[in-house]
Amino acid sequence: MKNDNKYTEPFVRISKRGVPIPIWKAMGIRALALLAALIICAIIIFSIVKLNPLKVYIAMFEGAFSTNKRMWVTIRDAMMLLCIAVGLAPAFKMRFWNIGAEGQILMGGIVSAACMIYLSKHMTTLPMMLLMLVLSILAGGIWGFIPGIFKAKWGTNETLFTLMMNYIAIQITAYFVALWENPIGSNTVGVINPRTKIGWFPELFGQPYTLNVILVLVLVVFMYLYLRYTKQGYEVAVVGESENTARYAAIDVPKVIMRTTFISGAICGIAGFLAVSGASHTISTNTAGGRGFTAIIVAWLAQFNSFVMIPISALLVFLDKGAIEIASRYNLNNHVSNMLIGIILFFILGSEFFINYQVKFRGSKHQVEFQDGKHKEVQA
Amino acid sequence: MTQLISLLQAGIMFGTVILYGSTGETLTEKSGNLNLGVPGIMYLGGIVGLIGVFFYEMNNPEPNKFVCILIAMVSAFVAAMLGGLIYSVLTVTLRTNQNVTGLTLTIFAGGFANFFGGTLNRLAGGVGQISVSTTSAAFRASLPFAQDLPPLLSMLFGFGFMVYLAIGVALLVNWFINRTSIGLNLRAVGENPGTADAAGIKVTLYKYLATCIGAGISGLGGLFYVMDYTKGTWDADGGIERLGWIAVALVIFSSWNSKRGILGAYLFGLLYWLFFYIPNLTRRSIELFKMLPYLVTIIVLILVALRRRRESQPPGSLGLPYFREDR
Repeated sequence: MKNDNKYTEPFVRISKRGVPIPIWKAMGIRALALLAALIICAIIIFSIVKLNPLKVYIAMFEGAFSTNKRMWVTIRDAMMLLCIAVGLAPAFKMRFWNIGAEGQILMGGIVSAACMIYLSKHMTTLPMMLLMLVLSILAGGIWGFIPGIFKAKWGTNETLFTLMMNYIAIQITAYFVALWENPIGSNTVGVINPRTKIGWFPELFGQPYTLNVILVLVLVVFMYLYLRYTKQGYEVAVVGESENTARYAAIDVPKVIMRTTFISGAICGIAGFLAVSGASHTISTNTAGGRGFTAIIVAWLAQFNSFVMIPISALLVFLDKGAIEIASRYNLNNHVSNMLIGIILFFILGSEFFINYQVKFRGSKHQVEFQDGKHKEVQA
Repeated sequence: MTQLISLLQAGIMFGTVILYGSTGETLTEKSGNLNLGVPGIMYLGGIVGLIGVFFYEMNNPEPNKFVCILIAMVSAFVAAMLGGLIYSVLTVTLRTNQNVTGLTLTIFAGGFANFFGGTLNRLAGGVGQISVSTTSAAFRASLPFAQDLPPLLSMLFGFGFMVYLAIGVALLVNWFINRTSIGLNLRAVGENPGTADAAGIKVTLYKYLATCIGAGISGLGGLFYVMDYTKGTWDADGGIERLGWIAVALVIFSSWNSKRGILGAYLFGLLYWLFFYIPNLTRRSIELFKMLPYLVTIIVLILVALRRRRESQPPGSLGLPYFREDR
């Protein structure tokens, strides 16, 4: 065996930051990561379409905001993503890996569509909206609650449980799509109540999506207050940090898990209601469209702060819309947007490391000293 | 009888895709890394294998079968390993959250694969879909002696070579993890990296290698899907992703034992295709029948949790980051 007697300092050393980094520095690191990601994306776009990347980014901007209608669609989709992320926040804060948002959205969507189809002759829009809201909360909530019970009682792996619940929900949706298909043979449900518009979100202030924005922003505020200022929110945080501590503090851990998974699923169910009644006015197996997964990353990057989720979901939806615009202009396919979003997320995720840890190279002599009642970084 | 044989055939084909995925993921998870990027890694393996032979077939009017197979397998394995490398750099070195990183990898690779799968042919100046008929035929060629056997046996030996390779790899990985000293070290890293580190095992190196090689194996599942299952074309319907998630479930189903995973994989395959062979189903009830594999997975998850057998538990540090200074 090789035996080095001489002690050498390792080339790089990594340590947790003793002093938390100032906020402007942390934001700077994130901005740098975003910039680096955009440069990499620009290189990739350039090598595919051979066009000036700056022009491509301008095209992306136009794709998302150039007309009033486009801007509102962008806002609507950002609200949808935000709603799901808000729903996932309590579950993830509890370290319950709810990757079943897709299924919870679909269940909420199915009951909303069912109301619109079966009750359109018996109800007017306002009572139906309330009914759809309640039913979608229940449907999504139950879909989240089922894995919650098994996790709470027997410690079943929730990651895969919630994932499998997605596929079951997809199959249930496929069943109802076949049941409700219109016109027959098209294998789609088509726009529901196109003439009467019963069950559609009404226009407020001249915009069709104002209600989406209001509803989601209410949820954002609710979740912020719930997680930060209520006893239940505190219990969620303790269970997430350590189940043993929670038990020691006499918190009923199974109850917290079940309650939180219900809330999480319920808000995702509302997202399904938004998608069906407030956006597409139809249902398909693509109603959730992978947003349940993207929203996880939104919630995580925001560290469960629902206000921070607003710019993050706006950024992701902007990228998505922009990439779709490029794809249609240059005759590429839409999947390019997921590729670019993936690259950007890699960089943002990686940048957290430089915020939480310090990297010291061999020979540098950074030290932390205690001065004037504060930890300070000193260059000796 | 012919119905039963064709069901068995469909089940084995399906099972082979997820067997590669779950064998690779078993190896990865034994190091304590829960890689939810398996669907993405299978996407990478599938598309890059396809791209590799696409260019080879395009530039050679008479492609050599063996070169085709070699190019496809090497490029699929290397691309999938690169996917694993991205994951390892982020989770092991930069200590990002494993679940979030894995999901991001799946989003990225799904976009990458479907983008190139859909547009590669046009980018290269052709029309229509990619198709690599020669390579696909080489992958699907049955073993030379298969035709001379009686019907049932000739079915069992009539698949392309990758079906048998999958069984071999699963057995090899199982032997490696449980019967070699390096495998023992790997298990130690997955159970308790702190102890393993104290015993002088290079935790970071093991995590990197297990994740990258595991990813390479999973990537072969994507290649098999493209070459055998969809016969050398690209299908952007998300099939690989769905199968990738089932592969992740299969790891738990087989309780981190790739030998048990072989039968589990075929069982999943049979359940998945069962609806096709049950007479008088309407289109609606078919959709309900397709839930079966997912329902069974859930039941298995619950049973595994209920029984709490020592040997069917996940590696102790699964999903947790390791940082020496945190101890």
